Amino acid sequence: MSEYLILIYQDESDPSWRDPATGEKMMKDHMAFGEKHGASLRGGNALHHTNSATSLRHDKNGKVTVTDGAFAETKEALGGYYLIEAADLDEAIAIAKDVPAALGGVEVRPIMPT
Amino acid sequence: MLAATVRVTRDIDAAEECAQEAYARALTDWTINGVPQKPGGWLTTVARRLAIDQMRRHATHERLVPLLVADADDQTEVTNTDDVGDDRLRLIFTCCHPALDLESQIALTLRFVCGLTTAEVARAFLIKESAMAARLTRAKKKIAISRIPYHVPSATELPDRIDTVLDVVHLVFTTGHTAPSGSSLVRDDLTSRALQLARMLRDLLADDSGVAGLLALILLSDARRNARTSDNGSLVLLEDQDRTKWDHASIREGIGLVRESLTRRPPTRFALMAAVAAVHAEAPSFSETDWGEIVSIYDLLLLTWPSPVVALNRAVAVGFAQGPLAGLSALDDLSGDPFLAHYTYYESARADFLYRLGQREQAIASYELALHLTDNTVEREFLQRRIAAFAADSAELGASWKNSH
Repeated sequence: MSEYLILIYQDESDPSWRDPATGEKMMKDHMAFGEKHGASLRGGNALHHTNSATSLRHDKNGKVTVTDGAFAETKEALGGYYLIEAADLDEAIAIAKDVPAALGGVEVRPIMPT
Repeated sequence: MLAATVRVTRDIDAAEECAQEAYARALTDWTINGVPQKPGGWLTTVARRLAIDQMRRHATHERLVPLLVADADDQTEVTNTDDVGDDRLRLIFTCCHPALDLESQIALTLRFVCGLTTAEVARAFLIKESAMAARLTRAKKKIAISRIPYHVPSATELPDRIDTVLDVVHLVFTTGHTAPSGSSLVRDDLTSRALQLARMLRDLLADDSGVAGLLALILLSDARRNARTSDNGSLVLLEDQDRTKWDHASIREGIGLVRESLTRRPPTRFALMAAVAAVHAEAPSFSETDWGEIVSIYDLLLLTWPSPVVALNRAVAVGFAQGPLAGLSALDDLSGDPFLAHYTYYESARADFLYRLGQREQAIASYELALHLTDNTVEREFLQRRIAAFAADSAELGASWKNSH
């Protein structure tokens, strides 16, 4: 078995976020996902909006610059994650297909064993 | 044999080493004990045993390098070499996994399923061997680290995954059929590999109509190989090809497969493409081609696979079925497509219809645009010949066209 991190990327500026029903539906979908894949889930959380993000960049001289905002400015921003355990990539993809991400998509990354 | 060994090692490099060692052992063992009844099985069994020994030695790395150690159930079937076909299928599905980029899928397939050397695969991509070696290494690393499984996908995943494999094989074929650049039109090495892969898939997935369709398409397209270039290597259009030079055995086999693959509803994309090729193959001459039938097949194809190239081919078929004016108008309907704007065949098809309508200067302008869009020497020479002929208002070329239409 391997561990995979499923990163959920969605468009934060999508107008449908303003509709409370969007949040409610997403919550329900995540509950359903949790019930279906409880056996594979090792953890997971939603993140606050990227306007709450702070980025720290190291330059070549070892100096650290702190800036406001997400590390990479992209249309779809990291909004949450699940940590799962799966036999192989196909199993991880099958689980990732069920992760609610109607306004974007997910990225699956194998976790380096410690 | 390599495929069977990969199942044990989960590592293509290690499997290759074991396979080579097995061959070396065969040389000594067979000299002393004679060639075994099933040499292939003997080699596979030895290679897999070597692989398992090697894996056991490395077992301490198991935690750090996942997937290097075989699952227990795999070890129990070490002596069972009847499932070589299944192993080849597993290897194809691993090489053509959608988590790999398309070029890596093709490169891995040519390298490990077809058995080409890295240098040969590099030639297929027209890149340096070192660059190809780096690409293959990256791809193998991704397979190992993200644990791309070595198995035939589950029934629910299978249709999509077969499609990915078919796309890879089809791309190998089309790259060989009209090499995008270089000095010769056809790269026999690639078309033969594609045919070999399609036949292998046909053996392994006999019930799949997409596989039957792709094999039919390759057979029917490749059957024209000897008629597509003249003795001096220049391009000969379908219209001008000597149909007696077509490979009629391949055509018979292809048409049989088309019939079989079209019984499935809805027909797959490759089955429909093969059906178009079959209509051409069955026509005694270009002027006797059933263009109406071809237009209706393209209509069906647009439903299952809406793509700009299919729309272009349909427009060209409309031109032959209903005349150059209808063809030109069908082409103009596609003028807003951003892909076709940079596609050689779109401009050369326009040039063709314009010429047939007597609009010589506009035809030349279209051919000149087309010329800017291809790097294949044979295609370029063909377009340049056309431009020169139109510019001189060559009576010869013009007359032969007007006579045949």
